[in-house]
Amino acid sequence: MEGQLAHIGAGLAAIGSGAAAIGVGNVAGNFLAGALRNPSAAAGQTATLFIGIAFAEALGIFSFLVALLLMFAV
Amino acid sequence: MASEAHGAESGGLEFHPMDQFIIKPLFGGDTINWYTPTNVTLWMALAVVAVIALMVVGTRRRAVVPSRSQSIGELAYGFVYKMVEDVAGKDAIKFFPYIMTLFMFIVFANFLGLIPMSFTTTSHFGVTVVLALLVFLTVTVVGFVKNGMGFLGLFWVSSAPLALRPILAIIELISYFVRPVSHSIRLAGNVMAGHAVIKVFAGFAAIAVVSPVSVVAITAMYGLEVLVAFIQAYVFTILTCVYLKDALHPSH
Repeated sequence: MEGQLAHIGAGLAAIGSGAAAIGVGNVAGNFLAGALRNPSAAAGQTATLFIGIAFAEALGIFSFLVALLLMFAV
Repeated sequence: MASEAHGAESGGLEFHPMDQFIIKPLFGGDTINWYTPTNVTLWMALAVVAVIALMVVGTRRRAVVPSRSQSIGELAYGFVYKMVEDVAGKDAIKFFPYIMTLFMFIVFANFLGLIPMSFTTTSHFGVTVVLALLVFLTVTVVGFVKNGMGFLGLFWVSSAPLALRPILAIIELISYFVRPVSHSIRLAGNVMAGHAVIKVFAGFAAIAVVSPVSVVAITAMYGLEVLVAFIQAYVFTILTCVYLKDALHPSH
């Protein structure tokens, strides 16, 4: 029974990946919107784009980690 | 519970997406000591050999008109050099060898892991945590050596209202110490998740009806993984540069 509850918890933790997807989409979409308004400034900001994506994505990876722990460590 | 699931699966579908990450000794046996050659050490050594082959042997001739391997080496060198200069500033250039080493090792470990039947060293938290902890220690030591106690100004946000500063200091302190955690888990998590997804799709190929879809899905995921392998190495190095910039110029 406890093992099954852990599996349900792992499935619930997967919601976090969806939330991270929204965050990454926000970052990339806003970058694209800005880049199309001022294409000459876009090239200098790709590093910032990737840093923003990395920070948004890290929390999704944390939820993936929680799911892994529930699947294999509990 | 686990044995029940195995019994139910053994008829048709078998999913073992995490089996590819098992660490095995190369020359038989079960015990793993710190000196035992395992598949992890083998593929790490191969990554180092590949980096040496590209950056030392490939550029040995120093031709004015570069050969293919030399131009790849020059491209990688210029790419990382510009990244350090742009993100961390001119005075961070003396850390360029360290950052270049990190980038080349991670990018080669990721790409070697994409070869079928190979082993991905960067999918193990043990490997990436060491890399991230070294970056964390380096950055902290550099910050204190360069700025003395002024490095603590990183946590004291002088542009914020005075009443808010203690609260912000606590938040900044927590975020500073979470850095090595997120830094390492980002790399290992991304790489491991991608490889596990490919294996899950490969499990579906056992059903004849869906196997064409599964093969297409594997191909698509593989293309995405090639992208991820490079981007995660890039993100790891660029975050190292960002942390280095914080250490060299701690004022907000």
